[in-house]
Amino acid sequence: MSERMALNILDNPRHLARLITMIERQDPARIEVLKALHDKTGKAHVVGITGPPGSGKSTLTDKIIGELRNRGRRVAVVAIDPSSPFTGGAILGDRIRMMRHATDEGVFIRSLASRGHLGGLSRAAAETVRALDAAAYDTVIIETVGVGQSEIDIVRCADTVVLVAVPGLGDDIQAIKAGVMEIGDIFCVNKADRDGAERVVRETRAMMETAIMNGANTRFSGLYKAVYEHTVQQARLRGENVQEDPHGGALRIPPVLLTIAEQGEGVSVLVDEILAHHAMLSDTEWLLKHRHENTMWELRNAVADNLLGWLDNANAHSQLANAAEAVLHKDTDYYQALAQVQEGIIAAGLRLVSD
Amino acid sequence: MEQKIRVLVAKPGLDGHDRGAKVVARAFRDAGMEVIYTGLRQTPEQIVNAALQEDVDVVAMSILSGAHNHLFPRVMELLREKNMDDVLVIGGGVIPDEDIPGLKAAGIAEIFTPGTATGTTIEFIKNNLKRKA
Amino acid sequence: MNEIETIQQANTAYEAGVQKAAARFPERKKMFTTGSNAPVNTLYTPLDTKDINYVEKIGFPGEYPYTRGVQNTMYRGRLWTMRQYAGFSTAEESNKRYKFLLDQGTTGLSVAFDLPTQIGYDSDHALSQGEVGKVGVAIDSLADMEILFDGIPLDKVSTSMTINAPASVLLAMYIAVAEKQGVKPEQLNGTIQNDILKEYVARGTYIFPPEPSMRLITDIFAYCSKDVPNWNTISISGYHIREAGSTASQEVAFTLADGIAYVDAAIKAGLSVDDFAPRLSFFFNSHNDLFEEVAKFRAARRVWASIMKNRFKASNPKSLMLRFHTQTGGSTLTAQQPDNNIVRVAIQTLAAVLGGTQSLHTNSKDEALALPTEASVRIALRTQQIVAYESGATETIDPLAGSYYVESMTDRIEKEALEYIARIDSMGGAVKAIERGYVQQEIQDAAYSYQMDIESGERVVVGMNKFQIKEAPPTGLLKVDPIVGEQQSQKLRELRAKRDNAAVKNSLVTLEKAAQGNDNLMPLILDAVRCYATLGEICDILRGIFGEYQQKVIL
Ligand SMILES: Nc1nc2c(ncn2[C@@H]2O[C@H](COP(=O)(O)OP(=O)(O)OP(=O)(O)O)[C@@H](O)[C@H]2O)c(=O)[nH]1
Ligand SMILES: [Mg+2]
Repeated sequence: MSERMALNILDNPRHLARLITMIERQDPARIEVLKALHDKTGKAHVVGITGPPGSGKSTLTDKIIGELRNRGRRVAVVAIDPSSPFTGGAILGDRIRMMRHATDEGVFIRSLASRGHLGGLSRAAAETVRALDAAAYDTVIIETVGVGQSEIDIVRCADTVVLVAVPGLGDDIQAIKAGVMEIGDIFCVNKADRDGAERVVRETRAMMETAIMNGANTRFSGLYKAVYEHTVQQARLRGENVQEDPHGGALRIPPVLLTIAEQGEGVSVLVDEILAHHAMLSDTEWLLKHRHENTMWELRNAVADNLLGWLDNANAHSQLANAAEAVLHKDTDYYQALAQVQEGIIAAGLRLVSD
Repeated sequence: MEQKIRVLVAKPGLDGHDRGAKVVARAFRDAGMEVIYTGLRQTPEQIVNAALQEDVDVVAMSILSGAHNHLFPRVMELLREKNMDDVLVIGGGVIPDEDIPGLKAAGIAEIFTPGTATGTTIEFIKNNLKRKA
Repeated sequence: MNEIETIQQANTAYEAGVQKAAARFPERKKMFTTGSNAPVNTLYTPLDTKDINYVEKIGFPGEYPYTRGVQNTMYRGRLWTMRQYAGFSTAEESNKRYKFLLDQGTTGLSVAFDLPTQIGYDSDHALSQGEVGKVGVAIDSLADMEILFDGIPLDKVSTSMTINAPASVLLAMYIAVAEKQGVKPEQLNGTIQNDILKEYVARGTYIFPPEPSMRLITDIFAYCSKDVPNWNTISISGYHIREAGSTASQEVAFTLADGIAYVDAAIKAGLSVDDFAPRLSFFFNSHNDLFEEVAKFRAARRVWASIMKNRFKASNPKSLMLRFHTQTGGSTLTAQQPDNNIVRVAIQTLAAVLGGTQSLHTNSKDEALALPTEASVRIALRTQQIVAYESGATETIDPLAGSYYVESMTDRIEKEALEYIARIDSMGGAVKAIERGYVQQEIQDAAYSYQMDIESGERVVVGMNKFQIKEAPPTGLLKVDPIVGEQQSQKLRELRAKRDNAAVKNSLVTLEKAAQGNDNLMPLILDAVRCYATLGEICDILRGIFGEYQQKVIL
C-alpha cells in the first residue's frame, strides 16, 4: 500500500492529500511512504513566509503563486493556522485568499492546524514539505503567523525566509520583532498603500545595520560573505577586476521591499528577490550548508521529542517515582538519584526505535 | 495520534448571503472541528479541488439563490469523478422540501433547511462520517 | 419636594416591593432583553426621560431634528408608499406580476433582479448557470427592460430598483425605456439602491473595488442632480446589515456611517452638499421588538439630521431629513408553521408605521421557503392596508412619543450609534473600517451570539425552538422553470445577430477610454445601452479597467 501510494502521489493529488493527513495525525504508517519518497526529495525551493497576524501573508502568497506560475513553476503551499486552545477546533482562513488557484493543476494548497502538538508541529510541517517536494512542486511555500517559537522554528527551516511587516502596528519597530529579524532573508513591508510604510522600511534597515554592527548572529551575513567571495573568485577566473569591499560583504543587508499585496504591486520584484536568494544559496553551496544544519536540527528535535515521549510512559514514570521517593526518604541525595535515572533513561533511550 | 474532523464550508453559486455559512463555520470550530471556508461565488470545480487538496471528511455547502438543483448535483458528479465517494456531503439553505429527494438521490447525505440548530448539523456529521476520523 | 423627587421616592418604594415579590416568586428570566439583546428594566418612569430636552431632542414633525417624522402632517397627509419587491424569471413574467400588483393597489413598483444581473453577468455566462431568473428577473439588455415595463407608463409610477454594483447600467436602461415611451428623464420618479458599501459587508453582490465603485456612485449623483432631478440616487441600506445579524443599534450606526462615506465622496468629487443630499434615501429593516424598532427609526432620523447639519453644514432642510423605505425582517420568518409569519409581519408593519416610514415592503409568509405566490403576496399587502385603514396608527403623528420606555430607548440607540460612528471615524471612515473587516466582525459576533441564544432556548422563536408541531411539507410554492436560462441565452444570441454591432463596439471603446480618466460615465453608459450593448459587455469593460473586489472574510 505505502509503496504504491508513494508512487502514486506523483500523478494523483488525492494520494498526496491523503499522505499529508497521515502526517498531520503522525500516523506511524506514514513513515514507510516517506521513506519510499526520500530519493525524490531535495529539489524544491522551500520558502517560508511569516509575520504578524493579518499582515497580508496569505494575500501575498496568493500573488506569489500567480507570479511563479507565470514563470512556469509548479507551486505548493502549506498554510498553518493556530488551533483554539479551548475547543481544539480551528478556522483555517488562509486558503480563502488563494481560491482563484483552486482549479490550477500546477498548484497544491494545504491548510494545517497547529493542533495540540508542540514540537510535533514543526515535524509535521517538515514532513509535509518533503511530501510536496517529492511530488515535484518546484516551490513550496510555508505560511505561518510569526508569534510563537514553534511557528518560527517552522519557517527557519525554509531555504528562503520572507518576513512580512506592516505599517501602523503601533510601535513600528515591533513590526519585526527582535529575535525574528535574525532569521529573515528578505524583508517585505506590505500594505504600502497605508501611511507609514516608508518609515517601517527605514527603521527595518536601521535595525539591521545596528544588528550587524553589534555582531548579531544573522542568517544573511554569512551568506553575503560567501556570495562576495564567490563573486570575487568568479571574476578572477574570468580575469576581470572587481570593486574590492573592505568588509567582504559583511555589511550588506537584505532587501527591504514595499508591497501592496492586495493589488499585486511589488510582487514581481519580491519574486525576483526570492529566486535571486535561491540562486545565491545554490552558487555558494550555502543551500547544502543550510539544509545540513536544518536536518541536524530536525534530528535533534526528533530525538528530544522521542525522549520526552518516552519519559511520559509507564516504565519511565515508575523509575522517576522510585527515585523521588528515595530522595525524600534520604536514601540517596538528589544528584545521585538524578545520575541513576539518567543512566536508566539513556540506556532505554538508545534502544528506542526511531519514530 | 490526534484526529480531527476536517470540514470544507463552501458557498457555491452567486448569492452573497453568508450569515448562515459563517455561523455554521464558527459552530463547527467550537465543536472541535477544523474548518476551511471558501468564501462566496465558488464554482463546483473550485469546491471539489479544495476538498481534495485539503482531504476533508465533510463538505458542507450553503446556497440561498435557488440554484441548488443545478450546483449540488454538479459537485457530487465531480467528487465521484475523483473517487471521493468517502466524503460526507451536506447542504443547507432555502431549499424547498420537494427538491430534497432529488438532491439526496444525487448523493447529498442531508439537507438542512432554515431554522436547523447548528447542534443538529454537528450531531449529524459526527454520526455519519464515511471514514473514521 | 418637587415632582421628580416625589417620583423618585415612590419609585424606590416600588423597587423594594418588586425585590420582595421576586424573592418569593422569581421573575421568568434572570435578564430581560430587547430583540437586539439590550437590557430592559422592570419599569420606565419620568425618571428615565427627565434629562431629555423636548424641543432639542424630540421637537415637532417636519422640523429639526425630525425625531417625530420628516413631514409635518405625516400619514394624515398621505399614507406611505406600499411597495412590494417583486421580480422573477423573465421580463414577460415579471411584467405580469407588476400589473397584478398595481391592480391590487400597490402604489409603487420594486424590481428584484436575478443574481447574474446584480453581479453584471449576462445570462449565458458560465457563472450564471442555474441562477438565471431565480431570485429576480433576468435583464441582459435594453430589450429585456422594454418588455419589463411594457404597458406601464413610467411617468405615472415610481419604481425602486434593487441594483447596486451595476446600478448605472440599469438606471440607464430605465431612462432609455422612458425615452421610447416619450417620457422625459425629469419626469421619472424612483430609487436605485446603489449602495455598494453594504454589499461588501452584508449582501455580497459587489463587482468592483471600493474606489471605482464610489466613483460610479458619485457619477450618478452628479448626473441625476442635473438630468433626473426627482430620482433617489441611492438607498443607503441597513436592511441587509440587520439581515446579516446585526443589532438594531448597529443597523443604525453602520448605515449612517456608510451614508457619511457617500456624502464625503460626493463632496470630494466636487458636488455641493445641498445639490445631492436631498436625494439620498435610506432603507431599514423592521423586526419583531415593536418598541425597539420604533425607537430605532426615531433615533436614526435624529442622528442623521445632526450629522448633516453639524458635520456637513447642509442648509436645505431636505438635506437633513432621513427618508426611508422599510422591509419587514426576512430573517425573522420561519420555515416552520409559515402561517405564523403573517402575524410577525403584522407586528413589524406596525413598527415601521409607528416609526414613520415613507414606504414599506411586507414580506410574504412563504418567503423563508421560496419565492412568494400571488396569494401570499396579497396577504402581505393586505397587512399594510389593515394597518393603514383599520389600526388607527395613522390618525395622529408619532403616537409613541413621550412613552418613557420608547424615549429612553431612542436615546440609548442614538448613543450607541454615535459611539460606533466615532470608532469608525477614528479608523478613517466606513470604507477603511470595512477594508479592515471591523464592521463585518461586529455583525458576525452579533449574529453568532443570537444563534447561540436560540439554540440554548434563551431566545424563543415560536414554532422553531418552542411550540413545534409535526407538519406536512408546504405545497403550492412558486418555482422558476429552469428553461428560463436557455430562453435568455437564445434571446441574447438573437440580439447579438440583429443589433448594430459596430455601434456597440464603438460605444464600448469610448466607455473604456473614459473609465480610465475622470469623466462622468453615465452619459456613455446610456449611449452603450441605447445601442443594445448588454449588461455583461458593459460590466466586462469596467472590470477590465477597475478590477474586481476580493471579499474580506472575517470569521
Ligand atoms: N490595505 C491593504 N490591505 C491588505 C494588503 N494586503 C492584504 N491586505 C488585507 O489585509 C487583510 C489580511 O490579509 P491576509 O492575507 O489574510 O493576512 P495574513 O497575514 O495571511 O493573516 P493571518 O493568516 O490571519 O495572520 C485582508 O483583509 C487583506 O485584504 C495591502 O497591501 N494593503
Ligand atoms: Mg494568512
